[in-house]
Amino acid sequence: MLALRSIAAPVQRQCWRTAPRAAVTLSLQNQRLYSSQERVAKFDGKKDAQGRYTVSLIEGDGIGPEIAVAVKDIFAAAKTPINWEPINVDPILKDGKTAIPDAAIESIRKNKIALKGPLATPIGKGHVSLNLTLRRTFNLFANLRPCRSVAGYKTPYDNVDTVLIRENTEGEYSGIEHVVVDGVVQSIKLITREASERVLRFAFQQARAIGRKKVRVVHKATIMKMSDGLFLTVGNQVAKEFPDIEFDAELLDNTCLKMTTDPLPYNDKVLVMPNLYGDILSDMCAGLIGGLGLTPSGNIGDECSIFEAVHGSAPDIAGKGLANPTALLLSSMMMLRHMNLNEYADRIEKAAFATLAEGKALTGDLGGKAKTHEYAAAIIEKL
Amino acid sequence: MLSRNSTRTAQRLLRAAAQPQQRLNAARGFASVSDAPAQTVQSDIFKPTKYGGKYTVTLIPGDGIGAEVAESVKTVFKADNVPITWEQIDVSGLQDATPTGRTEERFQEAVASLRRNKLGLKGILHTPISRSGHQSFNVALRQELDIYASVSLIKNIPGLKTRHDNIDLCIIRENTEGEYSGLEHQSVPGVVESLKIITRAKSERIAKFAFSFALANNRKKVTCIHKANIMKLADGLFRGTFNRLAKDYPQLECNDMIVDNASMQCVGRPQQFDVMVMPNLYGGILSNIAAALVGGPGVVPGCNMGRDVAVFEPGCRHVGLDIKGKDQANPTALLLSGTMLLRHLGLDDHANRISNAVYDVIAQGNVRTPDMGGQATNQEFTRAILASMEKSL
Repeated sequence: MLALRSIAAPVQRQCWRTAPRAAVTLSLQNQRLYSSQERVAKFDGKKDAQGRYTVSLIEGDGIGPEIAVAVKDIFAAAKTPINWEPINVDPILKDGKTAIPDAAIESIRKNKIALKGPLATPIGKGHVSLNLTLRRTFNLFANLRPCRSVAGYKTPYDNVDTVLIRENTEGEYSGIEHVVVDGVVQSIKLITREASERVLRFAFQQARAIGRKKVRVVHKATIMKMSDGLFLTVGNQVAKEFPDIEFDAELLDNTCLKMTTDPLPYNDKVLVMPNLYGDILSDMCAGLIGGLGLTPSGNIGDECSIFEAVHGSAPDIAGKGLANPTALLLSSMMMLRHMNLNEYADRIEKAAFATLAEGKALTGDLGGKAKTHEYAAAIIEKL
Repeated sequence: MLSRNSTRTAQRLLRAAAQPQQRLNAARGFASVSDAPAQTVQSDIFKPTKYGGKYTVTLIPGDGIGAEVAESVKTVFKADNVPITWEQIDVSGLQDATPTGRTEERFQEAVASLRRNKLGLKGILHTPISRSGHQSFNVALRQELDIYASVSLIKNIPGLKTRHDNIDLCIIRENTEGEYSGLEHQSVPGVVESLKIITRAKSERIAKFAFSFALANNRKKVTCIHKANIMKLADGLFRGTFNRLAKDYPQLECNDMIVDNASMQCVGRPQQFDVMVMPNLYGGILSNIAAALVGGPGVVPGCNMGRDVAVFEPGCRHVGLDIKGKDQANPTALLLSGTMLLRHLGLDDHANRISNAVYDVIAQGNVRTPDMGGQATNQEFTRAILASMEKSL
């Protein structure tokens, strides 16, 4: 360990010396990519002749088809201008790598937007999860995870309303790992200026879009001075372009502690962080409000965006009409907002939350007795 | 900490391993106090130096609230006539600390002192974010002394109401490798790589520690926390090693869980966990989440164990710079860590008296520091503990 430290120290120093120059060149490059006014990951799908958008729909496995039906019914009742285009993403092997069928890729590329139910990740060696494959195929760089307490479902925490954005393409999940010698493994956490800048800019724009005045970076730059340090530095730079938004940073440990103690101070902020922290904290936030069955998620990319339910496919209750479609429904609300169809989203959301708060037609996981279609019908009635 | 029985077994094993080393040292004339001859049962790593019936323990108050809570510990220990002499070293990680405090020499002095005394009580040292700043002294200390296992005890304190009840779990965290390796470099401008190192030897060591800890403390279940679905090699090695060793402990229930799920379960249903063992970074995250469940960093004791040195420090590591000098700090975490130190030395009577007094004051609820929902200052809280100890005599 002593030896490691003494080796590490001079390397660090060398790198710092080159850092400022690097900053200049790269930010110039990136300004060509995004001017500060331009919206990152803007939706530019086209309406058809009837003024309706087409959305690719991945129903998913297990309870996926049932909850997709519920969402489709509710959308139809709310007269949302959306046509569904069901696609199949059963993985195929292409050159020995997991890939998605070309037809599916084409559909999502064309529509620029997709809604996705839960996919069962087959357990086997070397199989990359489909979720990861989708993220990589379409370069979905930001994962947007809001968590809001649902009235009618009691947890130890009330009035939670957090918004968390996670860098989705690199960091600890870069997938670069190797065995140095037997019994010694190196796993590389990759942080690049480009990806950090992209997700941070998205965070600021998202904060503006949902009317929050504060953006907070969560990091561990005390220990990972270079990698998390870079993320933090980029954050500070991007913040200058958004003078109306307050920017600060918090150590990961503090965020974990404070959020679990009392999540309310986070209700006016947008949190943004590298991959692993985001993964852990977003699920932790879901835990605060009662689990993944109530939390929506959006994977945002420049080319297209996929909105999904992040819970499992629950094969044990599949086909019995017991599933809770709330997560997929809330994700579809996020999707509508991304498509600037806010009025529809607001109406459906109001009906859904009213139904949940009323507590008469809840599904089994929320302590009720209603079937999936009864729950959907209750929402439709409220519309 | 570890029960006496397991301590003895460990002593026997380690004595056998240490003997050639010591002879070598003696031959070279390096024989110092810490390398005391291994012939007697009393002398070994788990039996630190004792002069004139008193143990010498290194005390590093740390930054932030460190000085205040260390003062409480000293007062309480003195009142109970605990046979401990403190060797206080004021290391500081603060940039604006007095020049004597932040120097590397002071840090080296602390390391040397811990090596000599083999026992320490430590607050938390501040780590600057700035790139020119030094490496975390907390991490450096653990790496230099190879104190590889961090233990945080998370338990509801009777009378201190939080959002959750019946929590009794303990987080064991690998302390010397993983994400905290400190190996980072910039491949090209704007592209940084940070290395996470997982080795079989260290994974084995921490897993064995977790199993023996569970056995010694009468715990039933050990859960391995990892992210092996994504980091298939690194966390895969950690998980694989754990599962392989778990077969040697059929009396314990062993399972594993992915870290994001574990943090979700932790805020939803923390009662399901018993002993949890994990690599470095996840330990940092989960110990904070779990500490928040039972009342925050002010009430969670902990320790760091190595082969040679044991350092006791609060289980949830927060410097507390914001309340520094305001006399609002909660000394419970450091006091309870101190009682763990006493039990480690076999001074159970002292430990029980002090911890009972602490629990007693908290349970009565009249005198509590602000983080426990009271208005008392640190000093008032400490005085209440002293009064409670006096009453019990």
